[in-house]
Amino acid sequence: MNAKGTVFRYGDDVDTDVIIPARYLNTSDPKELASHCMEDIDKDFVKNVRDGDIIVADDNFGCGSSREHAPIAIKESGVSCVIANSFARIFYRNSINIGLPILECPEAVSAIKAGDTVEVDFDSGKITDVTTGESFQAGAFPEFMQELIAAGGLVNYINRDIENAGKQD
Amino acid sequence: MGMTMTQKILAAHAGLPEVKAGDLIMANLDLVLGNDITAPVAINVFKGIDADKVFDKSKVALVPDHFAPNKDIKAAEQCKQVRCFACDQEIENYFEIGEMGVEHALLPEKGLVTAGDVVIGADSHTCTYGALGAFSTGVGSTDMAVGMATGKAWFKVPAAVRFNLTGEFPEHVSGKDLILHIIGLIGVDGALYESMEFAGPGVASLTMDDRFTVANMAIEAGGKNGIFPVDDQTIAYMEEHAPGKEYTIYEADPDAQYVQTIDIDLSQLKPTVAFPHLPENTKTVDEIEEPVVIDQVVIGSCTNGRFSDFKKAADIMRGKHVKKGLRVLIIPATQQIYLDCMEAGLLKDFIDAGAAVSTPTCGPCLGGHMGILAAGERCVSTTNRNFVGRMGHVDSEVYLASPETAAASAILGRIASPDEL
Repeated sequence: MNAKGTVFRYGDDVDTDVIIPARYLNTSDPKELASHCMEDIDKDFVKNVRDGDIIVADDNFGCGSSREHAPIAIKESGVSCVIANSFARIFYRNSINIGLPILECPEAVSAIKAGDTVEVDFDSGKITDVTTGESFQAGAFPEFMQELIAAGGLVNYINRDIENAGKQD
Repeated sequence: MGMTMTQKILAAHAGLPEVKAGDLIMANLDLVLGNDITAPVAINVFKGIDADKVFDKSKVALVPDHFAPNKDIKAAEQCKQVRCFACDQEIENYFEIGEMGVEHALLPEKGLVTAGDVVIGADSHTCTYGALGAFSTGVGSTDMAVGMATGKAWFKVPAAVRFNLTGEFPEHVSGKDLILHIIGLIGVDGALYESMEFAGPGVASLTMDDRFTVANMAIEAGGKNGIFPVDDQTIAYMEEHAPGKEYTIYEADPDAQYVQTIDIDLSQLKPTVAFPHLPENTKTVDEIEEPVVIDQVVIGSCTNGRFSDFKKAADIMRGKHVKKGLRVLIIPATQQIYLDCMEAGLLKDFIDAGAAVSTPTCGPCLGGHMGILAAGERCVSTTNRNFVGRMGHVDSEVYLASPETAAASAILGRIASPDEL
């Protein structure tokens, strides 16, 4: 699976309150959440984001609240992938659970600039900055998480488990 | 190899003799929690799982506390969805308005968590229950849904940072100053993916309320959980609030591995404030050079909304009046705390001083309702986050502090130390 898009570049500690402000959490509708994505840090994000685009950020992306609305808003806005030096842990597991690809790759983060076109090969973890021609290698996910991602998220993974348990009865 | 306290609890719940940092495990859950913001998403996900019923209707807790009492029509719809699900699933621990409180103050008070438990909650401050010697951590709505369906959750076993506490707090210093000091020291990702294990002779001098406050903000240092050893105070708390509920005391092995040990002498701490817009931007109040004039004070939340918090604040505010033009909101975190404050005469102290007293809600902490800030306004708050726009307008500011510092600031109209009164 591949992704290709234009980069939106952010700094350290992008928290879930700026990804989706709490004043919009009176709904769980993904489209409505996406319409306010990144509003408090980047007013133009929603206007400019296109399907396939990529968020690149420095340390501790997604820190703060456990709101799954944050990765949902990012995914629904069309973003294909988030690349960062590191992710806050709840955001990390939420993204994997809902099937939003995230990659930790400090080398790529330090080289990629806002507006660059970047291509990501999720199977190999290879990140290519098409604008500059540079390539980077993201770390591989542990086997269990690869299974979760391959199943399309935690719910599909668990349903398969429940189905298998049913067959054994 | 020795295990940390957290690792021992996780191993026992995964049915394994031993785990080590980095292992991926499936653990059995003792409690799954959600609120009116996160449970609606989880309920939608739950419908997509091949399970008709929750794994154990006594081990799911649903608390409408964030935008409740309903702040608007959409919030009312979300609360209704949670209420209907609780009714359909015969959830035993659903707390309706009138008996609800801020979830992380409510659950320990109701005796739903005891030492040795594994708890997940679709709320980042679920780490609060580490104060009781439980492993508890915040997760998202999908984890909550799967937890409700299966009674299990996946975890990466965390490494740990050990905080060796010695000494005792000076006057007017409490758990909030300790945890703000720690976050200032290690940063908002200083314990990323790790356990924060509190130990040492200083632990004994921390009240249970101090421990709840400290464990509550482990997430603000990126921690997976914060956890305290079980001592006589913990046991007394559990006997009072959870009589008859079993508990298991786990202790870290003497040869447990820690990524680092940080020594903290409690007697050296001072009233501490986190400046906008990260909890790591800490200063002691005596380091503040230019007066920080404020518009609002909030005392409450899962961090500092317990009886002792209000007792300390009232002791400072009693017989004085809040600075003219300042709004002061007092929000006891549960109905029981509200009653205890009433019976102790604290609510009269607050109202006489010019403060507003509210029914329990998370409201202002996350900019939901009941105390939203306008552009340019500043608030001293006993809550846990001061991110951009956290309590309202993107150009407003939140300063995190202890109840005593917040109370002194309410009287003087600027960030102030309790020592100044």
